[in-house]
Amino acid sequence: MLELKQVHSYYGNIEALKGISLEIKEGEIITLIGANGAGKTTTLMSISNIVEPRQGEILFHGKPIHTLPAEEIVAMGICQVPEGRHIFPQLTVRENLDMGAFLRNDKQGIKQDIDYVYSLFPILAERSGQSGGTLSGGEQQMLAISRALMARPKLLLMDEPSMGLAPIIISQIFDIIKKINKEQNTTIFLVEQNANQALQIADRGYVIENGYITLTDNAEALRTNEAVQKAYLGI
Amino acid sequence: MDYFIELFFSGLTRGSIYALIALGYTMVYGIIGLINFAHGEIYMIGAFTAYIIASVLSIYGFPALSIIILAGFAAAIWASAYGYTVEKIAYKPLRHAPRLSPLISAIGMSIFLQNYVLLAQTSDFLAFPELIPDFDFMEPYADKVGSTDMVIIVTTIVVMIALTFFIKMTRIGKAMRATSQDRTMARLIGINVDKVISVTFVIGSALAAIGGILIASHIGQINFYIGFIAGIKAFTAAVLGGIGSIPGAVLGGFVLGLTESFATGYVSSDYEDVFAFSLLVLILIFKPSGLLGREEVEKV
Repeated sequence: MLELKQVHSYYGNIEALKGISLEIKEGEIITLIGANGAGKTTTLMSISNIVEPRQGEILFHGKPIHTLPAEEIVAMGICQVPEGRHIFPQLTVRENLDMGAFLRNDKQGIKQDIDYVYSLFPILAERSGQSGGTLSGGEQQMLAISRALMARPKLLLMDEPSMGLAPIIISQIFDIIKKINKEQNTTIFLVEQNANQALQIADRGYVIENGYITLTDNAEALRTNEAVQKAYLGI
Repeated sequence: MDYFIELFFSGLTRGSIYALIALGYTMVYGIIGLINFAHGEIYMIGAFTAYIIASVLSIYGFPALSIIILAGFAAAIWASAYGYTVEKIAYKPLRHAPRLSPLISAIGMSIFLQNYVLLAQTSDFLAFPELIPDFDFMEPYADKVGSTDMVIIVTTIVVMIALTFFIKMTRIGKAMRATSQDRTMARLIGINVDKVISVTFVIGSALAAIGGILIASHIGQINFYIGFIAGIKAFTAAVLGGIGSIPGAVLGGFVLGLTESFATGYVSSDYEDVFAFSLLVLILIFKPSGLLGREEVEKV
């Protein structure tokens, strides 16, 4: 579904991705794990073309997308839940959700999807008139995921959804990620520092270090891999 | 009391013009965080365009009211074209440059446009035709508020309501709100940010041009330099109200206009600027974000 071929991206003058290749198949949950500054966020931002890759190719269903403007990538069904959630602070919860459906025109479908995300996260329905900036971290994360779902993504990119959240909220969020993958058949590309949780729900995983992919395998094998255990699982 | 009312309306008239121009500053600041110093020049170009169109139309004997409407539209469109072009030439290439670069580019644009009009038109003051007729129904109040003042105040209020509606209700208006709050996220939900920025410049320029034609027909003369002082005042109004806030720009405009008017009326016209800028200093000391400036409610 999505394929990165030898992608090089820069953050200012620093080469953050030094030739990343990876592949995501339809219906999978793929995780990308790595330390701070390894290039995880840059990988996602390159796919969304917020950071334009200087070399290499990104193919979506076989078509190159790395030269398309960001809004066309969203229109093709690739949506991102960015690191730090990026809720519109002065818009209400409901307005934030409506913004997620910015490129859609089907009023009926949007209404259905609002009901769907409210059923995933009932707290958002309670908070619907409250402005986004006043929500707690966990609620903001739920809103960020819901907002991305409002675009009916085929591929959902998630950047550290567990960051800064209480353990109980984290497991709730990971359950929902799995549910979205099953119920909506949404392919998920999950970037995480919380490797343990990520590998539990993922099908396959990639390990990124200093801008290079150093390891890839199915999730189970990665979890039992000694190097991964030592570096990322704290075992 | 009569004198007070007279000053009050004259303050509202000034304030309306400040508000119309301040909106352009504040909207552009809200979207790209830039103080567009060339904005005052766009207002001046609006006034010149209106002058040219009005002169031509009056030769052909159009009635006054239709002249002001046609000239107003032409000025708004022409000034918008300038605003759009200035953004594309002077600011867009600097989108990722350090903050100071577009600011310097803006000052450069301002100087360039002034001198361009100076060369292409004239350095003299031009007598602007009186376009707004004295309405009969305003006759009983004519000693307190003139017909021109009334037209300026009413037009401003109508424009404000239309703008508020536009930003709250339309698709592009919502995109503007989203972009001003978080530009990266706006791109991630599929908003074409370049388009939003262009629209912002176009709307701001059109409002400034409307201000330009209204004030020109009120004062009765224009020259290439009027944009500078009006720009400084409107910028003050925008900061006073809280830069980035649309209701703030309007409130700031009215507060500034009324302050100047009362200072002129009760103290001396020599001191109107002293009062205006003292007010700015005071408000910035006690409320640095301006009257309606954004309270930071973001959680990170």
